Parts: sequence; structure tokens; C-alpha cells
Amino acid sequence: MMTGNDPLVRFVNIQKSYDGETLVVKNLNLNVENGEFLTILGPSGSGKTTCLLMLAGFEPATHGEIYLKDQPINRVPPHKRGIGMVFQNYALFPHMTVAENLAFPLDVRGMSKSEKTEKVKRALDMVQLGGYGDRQPAQLSGGQQQRVAVARSLIFDPDLVLMDEPLGALDKNLREQMQYEIKSIHRNLGITMVYVTHDQSIALTLSDRIAVFENGVIQQCAAPDVLYEQPENAFVANFIGENNRLIGTVVEDNGDTVKVDVNNGHIVEAKKVNVDGIGSQSTLSLRPERVVVDPEPDSLPNVFPAKTKQLIYLGDHIRTRFSICGTDDFIVKIPNSAVHAAISEGDEVKIGWKVEDCRAVDA
Amino acid sequence: MSTSPAKPGGPVLTADGTPLKTSLERSLKLSKLRALGLIVPPLLFLIILFVIPIGSLLTRSVDDGLSNKVLPKTLAAFERWDKTSEPDESMFEAVALDMKAADKLELSKLGTRMNYEKSGWRSLLKITARGLNRVEGPPYKPAMLELNKRWGDIKFWQSLGAMKDPVTLGYYLKAVDLQYDGNKNIMRVKKHNRIYQMLWWRTFLVSLIVTVGCLVLAYPVAHLLATLPLRLSNLLMICVLMPFWTSLLVRIVSWMVMLQRNGVVNDSLVSLGLLHDESRLSMMYNFAGTVIVMTQILLPFMILPIYSVMKTIPSSYMKAAQNLGATPALAFIKVYMPQTIPGVGAGCILVFIVAIGYYITPELVGGKDGRLIGNLIAYHMQNSLNWGLAAAMGTILLIAILTLYWVYDKLVGVDNMKMG
Repeated sequence: MMTGNDPLVRFVNIQKSYDGETLVVKNLNLNVENGEFLTILGPSGSGKTTCLLMLAGFEPATHGEIYLKDQPINRVPPHKRGIGMVFQNYALFPHMTVAENLAFPLDVRGMSKSEKTEKVKRALDMVQLGGYGDRQPAQLSGGQQQRVAVARSLIFDPDLVLMDEPLGALDKNLREQMQYEIKSIHRNLGITMVYVTHDQSIALTLSDRIAVFENGVIQQCAAPDVLYEQPENAFVANFIGENNRLIGTVVEDNGDTVKVDVNNGHIVEAKKVNVDGIGSQSTLSLRPERVVVDPEPDSLPNVFPAKTKQLIYLGDHIRTRFSICGTDDFIVKIPNSAVHAAISEGDEVKIGWKVEDCRAVDA
Repeated sequence: MSTSPAKPGGPVLTADGTPLKTSLERSLKLSKLRALGLIVPPLLFLIILFVIPIGSLLTRSVDDGLSNKVLPKTLAAFERWDKTSEPDESMFEAVALDMKAADKLELSKLGTRMNYEKSGWRSLLKITARGLNRVEGPPYKPAMLELNKRWGDIKFWQSLGAMKDPVTLGYYLKAVDLQYDGNKNIMRVKKHNRIYQMLWWRTFLVSLIVTVGCLVLAYPVAHLLATLPLRLSNLLMICVLMPFWTSLLVRIVSWMVMLQRNGVVNDSLVSLGLLHDESRLSMMYNFAGTVIVMTQILLPFMILPIYSVMKTIPSSYMKAAQNLGATPALAFIKVYMPQTIPGVGAGCILVFIVAIGYYITPELVGGKDGRLIGNLIAYHMQNSLNWGLAAAMGTILLIAILTLYWVYDKLVGVDNMKMG
């Protein structure tokens, strides 16, 4: 019945409540495939860290079962699960040197001294901290501590490594650099990683798949490009990347496309994604970079007059806020190129977009 | 804002041409004065209430100037004497002249002082002082031997040797059951007079037992305080602090109610059948009483520093250790406990230091076997009025504490100590 490509981790009907009154995680079903980099992305309080803690064994599931390699692990204590974890603040033991920190998981497994020294040396080399074994963690910079924490979570060769917002405390440049390092470690070692974050840019950069969490429910679980290009509901569309929203009522259903009346008589034609049919409310989701200013006449099905409200110069593009179809914060990113004539605040222009770039999702 | 053009090589100037350093000093002067004004009251407080008393304690513990002041001729004659032959008329004359010239009050103080070296001196001086008024000398020797035959006892004369220097270590020797003989050689006091060495050991032992007892009791409580949800930990904290808010006497008296032969503990054990009525435990007025009550009283001093350190240890360390494969017990021992050492060290030092000088509890529940050095200091301060000895014992305590602090600094590092 099971094939060779069984998922490494399966959450089956997992529910979690801390106080017996509200569910933090509501009926979670999620598979983590062998070797994949899965990110659990969501705003704070969405239940994503709780999922990670349940997988690591620090929080019991209130209902349901978690399987690791097809073995139920609800009753397996954390130290027997063999799952590596990188904590938000690294949790490097302050009273031990870097090398002792790395050797800790090997010590408790009773590994021989020579083997231990060899492994610690290799782990330090892997994260480019060759000469740092004798330092105290407090003597290292944030990025170096981060590397040690990653090395420590990998040193006992776990099948699965969990990361709980490990890049949150680093500054922007370091964060970007570290995220590429984590990516390359994942690729080189071929292990499975589950990464929890609220930072969508990290999620988009690192992940094979992203599970977007909200209110204890997975809103959508898909590859980064799918998530960005084809959000299935209003929350995902808003949470991943920037997004314009037009809210209206469906007036015509053509199977693949719908026409939506955006309140004041403007009819927008959009791709049908997640709407019930004529008469239902719908949110139209439109990426700012997919909107064309001053289109050729008749080249686009959706063209509307707009008033320029605000221009923000951002170097490579100009972020422009328009008033259109009854909304005042319709954002368009205009590339800073010779093609586009300069516009200024107060100008009346026409803007338009394609049907497939405008997705009709739930209200 | 314009800045002055920097002249190459010259001092840096401000916009109006004054040197930057002068200007900086001027601008900081007021705040320096204000800071000085703020530390003056606590500094005076410290000097008047700590430095001066401790200084006078140290001085008093070695001061022996009184004998030189009152008996200058006697001590000079003593120097010329061979210490073994019978004292001659010149020595008697020196004593008589000294005593005739002496102030009455000082002479009586000196009597007390001389009594420490050889008992009998005080009454001898008193009798002689009274009788000398009627003696027309010289010669004084026959008259004084007439007044009291102890003047013929060479041991009295020899004991003057321990008093001839204005500075003495005699009180310190006495505090550890040693003394000077007539030639200023150090020797042990007679066996039945030895009490202090045993008391020092007992004080040390009680402090050690109390410290260990407090540590064992405080560690779990502190851990609970640091890990319980806020509402419960606040409640527990009040329970820990409650004894602090209760009068020391009330607490000790309630322990008396608990521990006495017909007290709550014994009654309970007897009624539970664990103890025969005739074999009731004696837990009061002895060593056990002192240890039990002191442990209870000093417990908060151990809990608070340990708690304050435990509170700062994030739970993620324990999680990380278990995640890396350590059992909860191993994680606790190898990861959690080492991080609590600063608090444990501070708590132990605090409890030990307070315990080593403790006085009121042993006084009330210690009985004969439970008295500590602190009680003897109080006794010499209040009853025997041997302030020199009390000061010497106090100084020894002070040195012991400083030594302990130094050892702790070498072992753990004072920087790591967290008092709370």
C-alpha cells in the first residue's frame, strides 16, 4: 500500500488547544515530503509555531496523530524523536564553548572521542567557522551564532530539521546571506527541513513548498510561484506580496471567467478562482506590477479612468496610488523606464489589466 | 552651525576660539558637582556608621595602652627584672608610686584588664589601692606583703610580661584558646578553660549545615517560582516573603511551640504511634534546634538569588537539550544547573555569611549545645565587658567572611554573582 515515496511527516487531523476553549490549530492535515524544504508561513498567533512544537514533541496534540516515517510519535518524548531544531534565539548553551555545544548531541549518544572530534571539526568547516571551536557563544556575532545553531542541529544526522524563525534577530544583509547558506546546506545534504516564519520574502526564497497558515488553518499549501501567481483566497493573495483588492458582486458567470460589478457600476472581467456564482460577493485580487498605465486602446478588456493620488519614488520603480472604481488605495508599480511618460499627482489617466491577472476569489 | 577651522598641529578649538578641552570641562563641571552632591549623604552615612565603628573595632582588638599609661614605672622595673628571682624593693616601690599616682577609674579598668591574664589581679589592685593610702614608704615591700600576701607570688609578677606592649595580640590568642606566658611565648590555655576553638568549629559547622540545608530546600522552590504561571508564582512568592514580614521573635517563638518536648511535632509523632511517649525527641535548646530554626529563617536569602537567576534562563535551553537527545534529567543537570551557579553561589555566600554571625536564634533556641560565636561576642560586649576580646572575635569573623569572599571570587568570579 505504501510506496517508496511516502511522506516523511504526516499530520493527520491534528487539533490543538491550550485552554480547552479555543483551538489554536484546527484540523491540520499536512504531509512533509522526504527531502523537501517546507515553510509554514503565517502571521503571529496563527498557530504555526505550535505545529512545530508538536512535531518536536514539546507540545502534545490535543487530537489527531503525527506520523514520522509512518510511526505515530505522539507518545515519543522529544529526546527520542531524532529531530534537529534551530531555535529562534539559537539556544546555544552559554556555559559551553562552541565545540562543546556541537559535541553535546554526540555526548548524550555516547559517541567515541575521536569520532566526536572529527564530526565537530567537519560541522564547523561546513558553516565556515573552522577556528572558532574554543570560543564562547557570547563571543560570536549574531550570524556566527546562527551558523553554530544550524550546525548543532545537523551534527547528529537527523532526517528532519525544524527551524523556528531563526533569522528573525539578524539584520537585513545578514539575513539574506544566511538564507542562501541555509538553502545551500539543504541542497547539499538533501535532508528535510520545516521552517516557520512570518517573513514572506524568506519563505519565497527558501521553500519548495509554502503552507500559509491563518487562524490555525492552512489557507493554501503550494510552491512559491503558484502561491504568488495563483492565490486561492483573499488571505493568501494579501499575505503573499502586495495586492490590490476590489470588492464587488458577481453579475455574470462564463465558466472560466466572471464579470463582477464593483459597487458603482464598473464591471470588471476576471478569472474565476474561488467564487460561488452570480449574486455572491467576491474580492478581485490584482498584483500592482500587472497593471498597465495608459494602455493602447482596445488592447485590454479592463480599462478604467483613474486619478493619481500619490507618487513615491523608489529608484527602480515608482509606486503610484490611484483612485479608481470607488477605492482610494489602488497601488500600481510603474517601472522607471523611458517607455512610461512621467505622470504627476492629480493627473487623470487610464489604467487597465488582463483578465487572467485579475483573480476573483472569496470575499 | 559653524565650526572653527582646525589649525594644523594646534589644539582643537570650539567656535568661539577656546580650546575644546577647557570648554568640555566647563560644560561637565556642573554635572560633576551635582553627582558629588548626590553621593555625599550616603558617603557620610557609610563613614559614620560603618568605617568608623569597624575601625574602632579593629583598634580595640589590639589596643593594650592602658597598662603603660597607668603603670609606667612598674613595667620599666619589670624590664630590668630577670623574671625568675624574687622581686626586690625597687619593683615594689615602682608599683606603689604608680598606684598612688593613678586615676581611680583607670586603675579599676586596669584591674579588669589584668584579671584576663591572671585571675586575682583585680582584687589585689583594689585591696592594695585602699591600703597604700596608709603606707608611708619607702620601703614598700614589707607593707605591701602585709596588705596582701599575693604580692609575694611570683606568678603575678610574671604575668605583667603579657601587658608590657601597648599593642597586643592577646585578645586574638584568647579568642582561639591561646595565651602568652610571662616571656611572651604563645601557649594553649588550660584544658578546662578551652571553649573558643570548639565554638568556632561549631559555628562553622552550623553555618555549613544551614547553608546546605537552605540550598536543598530552596532550589526546587526557586525553580517552581521561575516556571509557574505568573499568577501562581506571585502567590508562592508571597508565601516565600511572608516570613520576612513577620517578626523574627514571633517566628522563633512559634518554632519553640513546634519543637519543644510537648510541642506540635513530638505530639504528632507520638499520636501517630511513630514515637514512644517516653522517647520524645529533644529538638530544642540544642544543636538541632539552632540548625532547624536558622535554616527556616535564612531560607529566603537562598531562594531569592537563585530565583532571580533562574528567571532569566529561557526555557528554550531545556528544549534544545532535549531536542538534541538528552533525557529531561540529563538536560537539567548538564544544561540548566550550570547556568544557575551564579545564583547558587550568591545564595550560599549570603546564607553562610549571615549564619556565621547569627546571634538571636541560637540565644533563644540553642541552649548550651547550640550557642555560637555570636553569642559569646554578645556576652563579652554586655556581660563581661571584655570589649577587646569581643572586638577580636568580631575581627576574626570579618576576616573569615572576607576570605570566603575571596575564595568564591577565585572559584566562581564575583562578576557572576547575582544577588537578585
